[in-house]
Amino acid sequence: MSEKEKQLMSHRLEIKNLTISYHRLPAVHHLNLEIHCGNCVALLGPNGAGKTTLFKAIVGQLPSETGSVVFHGHGARAGEMPVTYLPQRSQIDWDFPLTVRGLVEMGRFRKLGWWRRFGEADRLAVDAALATMHLSDFADRQICALSGGQQQRAFLARSLAQEAHVFLLDEPFAGLDKRSQDALGQTLRDLAAQGNLVIASHHDLKNVTDLFNQIIFLNGELIAFGDTAEVFTPENIAKTYTMEAFSGVTHHDDLVN
Amino acid sequence: MMTWLIEPFRHEFMQRALLGCVLVGFTNGCLSAFIVLRRLALMADALSHSLLPGLAIGVILFGLAPVGLFVGALLAALFVALGAELISRSSRIKEDTSLGILYTVAFSLGIVLLGFAKVRVDLHHYLFGNILGLANSDLWIIYGISFAILPLLVILHRPFLLMLFESSIARTQGVPVTVLTYLLISMLVLSMISSLQAVGVILALGLLTAPAATVYLFSDSFGALFWGGGFLGMLGSCAGLFLSYWLNLPSGACIVLVLGLIFCLAYLFSPKYGIVSRLLRHRHLHEESLARWQDRTAARNGQG
Repeated sequence: MSEKEKQLMSHRLEIKNLTISYHRLPAVHHLNLEIHCGNCVALLGPNGAGKTTLFKAIVGQLPSETGSVVFHGHGARAGEMPVTYLPQRSQIDWDFPLTVRGLVEMGRFRKLGWWRRFGEADRLAVDAALATMHLSDFADRQICALSGGQQQRAFLARSLAQEAHVFLLDEPFAGLDKRSQDALGQTLRDLAAQGNLVIASHHDLKNVTDLFNQIIFLNGELIAFGDTAEVFTPENIAKTYTMEAFSGVTHHDDLVN
Repeated sequence: MMTWLIEPFRHEFMQRALLGCVLVGFTNGCLSAFIVLRRLALMADALSHSLLPGLAIGVILFGLAPVGLFVGALLAALFVALGAELISRSSRIKEDTSLGILYTVAFSLGIVLLGFAKVRVDLHHYLFGNILGLANSDLWIIYGISFAILPLLVILHRPFLLMLFESSIARTQGVPVTVLTYLLISMLVLSMISSLQAVGVILALGLLTAPAATVYLFSDSFGALFWGGGFLGMLGSCAGLFLSYWLNLPSGACIVLVLGLIFCLAYLFSPKYGIVSRLLRHRHLHEESLARWQDRTAARNGQG
């Protein structure tokens, strides 16, 4: 392990007493988590458990009601943390006139600002990101002409060009076939091994143990967090998928009545 | 032999009209790339109608002075655009609904107010424009608006591109999405005011959508969409102007008809995304796999 990787792995994402509400109704409440870099973490929970909400709060897209998110001394203000968020694939306009290279170049925005010229260093960073994601041969392809797995890798390459350090992925494995799933899983583990933190929301309980080394069970509140071998137990799964969270529908009706 | 091309420009009004076509066509054509990609066409339509009360108030207060009309139209459209945004953000009403309410209210207000104007205003002129009647002051307004919008679009193309593609990711990268959205809407209103005299409010929308939509059927590059849209808008406007001169037809309608015709041709025959060329192509095979398949067939035939 290189000195740089070791240093990166000492960084942590600290979530303290975090509550995020929609119309005063908490979707995620009083969440405490401390996750170390170098891990590949699954975020598990039923629909409406607040998985996407948590991601959006970490990147600063949603305001928090209470608590804070800190990564290595950076707050969650937009554009401040080296965090990247990949939304679900269905939310992207794939007909947008953009090549893979163009997409990855967008990742350099924070380094370049509004006007500065796209220089040699930027080109090298983009080339390196494309190579890491095995997309060099597809660089000039339109993003609509990629397969599902390639689309995910293109967005990851953009995050690499952004020099992101924490990768938040919303359902990255949805709609991928077995081979693409395995390839993407390997890619994510490689990212984690290089000292990054990867957190992915996930639905398929069958392959969790193969893909991730840590798990967060979330259902409005934190159910369990830890190494896969320890926390991936029938009790935790049952608790996560059957419990009625405060943000659940039943409670909502009570409040209205 | 070129006299038919030069002859119209013996008249001064045609020289002005051509200059107007070049500027308005190019600016609106460039901006149309943003309208198409951000899906702002319906918003643009609503805004074009909401210019009316501003014009009416301008006429009541300042008579037919162009500066009064300009300021009035600008304020009215900005009021509707920003008001719709405000309502949709602060209540559960979505933006298309609030826009629909506000612009029809504004339009009605305009019709009522026009009744109070001392000068008789020809609604027809406002709706369909008259590029042959461009005055010096109109040209100055068009110059001003073009030289405000074009450099801004070029300088800010990087953050704009991020915002157009995925605004929520752009926000996490530090792009001021809200500010840029308001800026884009303001530019949209300005460009519509510049095309008011040329093609009128109803037809302005054609200039703001058709050029980039046409290029979109040919090309996958944003640069092509932007500059190509500009040049297509410019050439189409000039061609429409000639047509209207020689056939003695309304100029605004001719301009939009020319642009519409080019769009239809692209829709049918564009090599990449045209429907006719798509039907003629091998339906199930991508170019690469087709080439491989043909190689393999050729090799087999060679052996046999």
